[in-house]
Amino acid sequence: MPHIDLPKEYPGIRSLFVFRPETAAPLNALVQTLLHNPHPTLSPGERELIATYVSSLNNCKYCATVHGAIAKHHLHNGDVVQSVKANPETAPISKKLKALLKIAGRVQLSGKEVSPADVDAARKEGATDIEIHDTVLIAAAFSMFNRYVDGLATWAPDDPEVYDRMGKQRAEEGYLTPPFKIQPQIKN
Amino acid sequence: MPHIPLDPNLPGITGILNYRLETALPIRQLTHLLLRGDSTLTQGERELIATVVSYGNGCKFCTAAHTAAADLLLGEKETAELVKTDLLNAPVSAKMKTLLTIAKAVQVSGKNVTPEMISEAKAAGATDLEIHDTVLISALFSLYNRLVDGLASVTPPDSAFYERLAHILADKGYLPSENRYAGLKT
Repeated sequence: MPHIDLPKEYPGIRSLFVFRPETAAPLNALVQTLLHNPHPTLSPGERELIATYVSSLNNCKYCATVHGAIAKHHLHNGDVVQSVKANPETAPISKKLKALLKIAGRVQLSGKEVSPADVDAARKEGATDIEIHDTVLIAAAFSMFNRYVDGLATWAPDDPEVYDRMGKQRAEEGYLTPPFKIQPQIKN
Repeated sequence: MPHIPLDPNLPGITGILNYRLETALPIRQLTHLLLRGDSTLTQGERELIATVVSYGNGCKFCTAAHTAAADLLLGEKETAELVKTDLLNAPVSAKMKTLLTIAKAVQVSGKNVTPEMISEAKAAGATDLEIHDTVLISALFSLYNRLVDGLASVTPPDSAFYERLAHILADKGYLPSENRYAGLKT
């Protein structure tokens, strides 16, 4: 049960966005810019993989599952999402993305864990300054979102089909359109 | 040395936010709303939440900056010092102690917030909105602390720097403004 009185027909962070629209606006603007809008080099699918991986390390079920579903719809590949969650080192992704995910994993623990060697390794695979900045910021942002979602004990659906629908919607529309209600429509 | 090229005149978070303005704007807007917007918590109380979280994460730049901002807004230095090192005996309200306890739990993990912590906060008079904002401020500084240290930005050693920064945070808040950091120079 959520720690505060939240609208029951929206799960996870969506219930918090409805509870406090003032803070929802900049939070949605941040993910829209960071994950969805055009980026000089990283695809939306790659950026969603970073969000998914950090959320998975934080054991945030709602965030890890919904961003995994968004990544799947961007990449048209669910297997790569599962491989990244299990172990980025052995996942079928570029060496550069592996190096960036390593940095993201460090940031998930603490900013201080990122070493010059981690950054050099990413640069050796071609990572740019903005890619390093954005990787650190995505990992830091999901350290925030995961704490927000779990710190208020929002509810997370169990049905994978619900996440798939949410993932398809966000991959296609981005983060600025209204969410659909989960109950009771989905039970009809 | 920072991991990416940042303006040497803008240490800590200031140079990072200037590095990429598109992502900085919503972060600034969120911070301004949470720390300076209308609230039943004072601006000083909200800076204390930012301070304990930054301290828990060992982020020296953010801890010094928000301690200085809290000191300036509260008009004394004892409270910010004690909430970091001895919360039980800090001169804050019983309600603030419960909210700072929740903030410290969130700093470690959202899952560390227990129903008991929430019941105690509500018993001390905390509203749903105050609990919400406490969790989100703590989560937001979990972002800031990682951004500041994850990019290895510069942490100035002199306390005078943080006093100058605190005046900017107290006078102008967190939104972008013309010549925002002019007062940072000695």
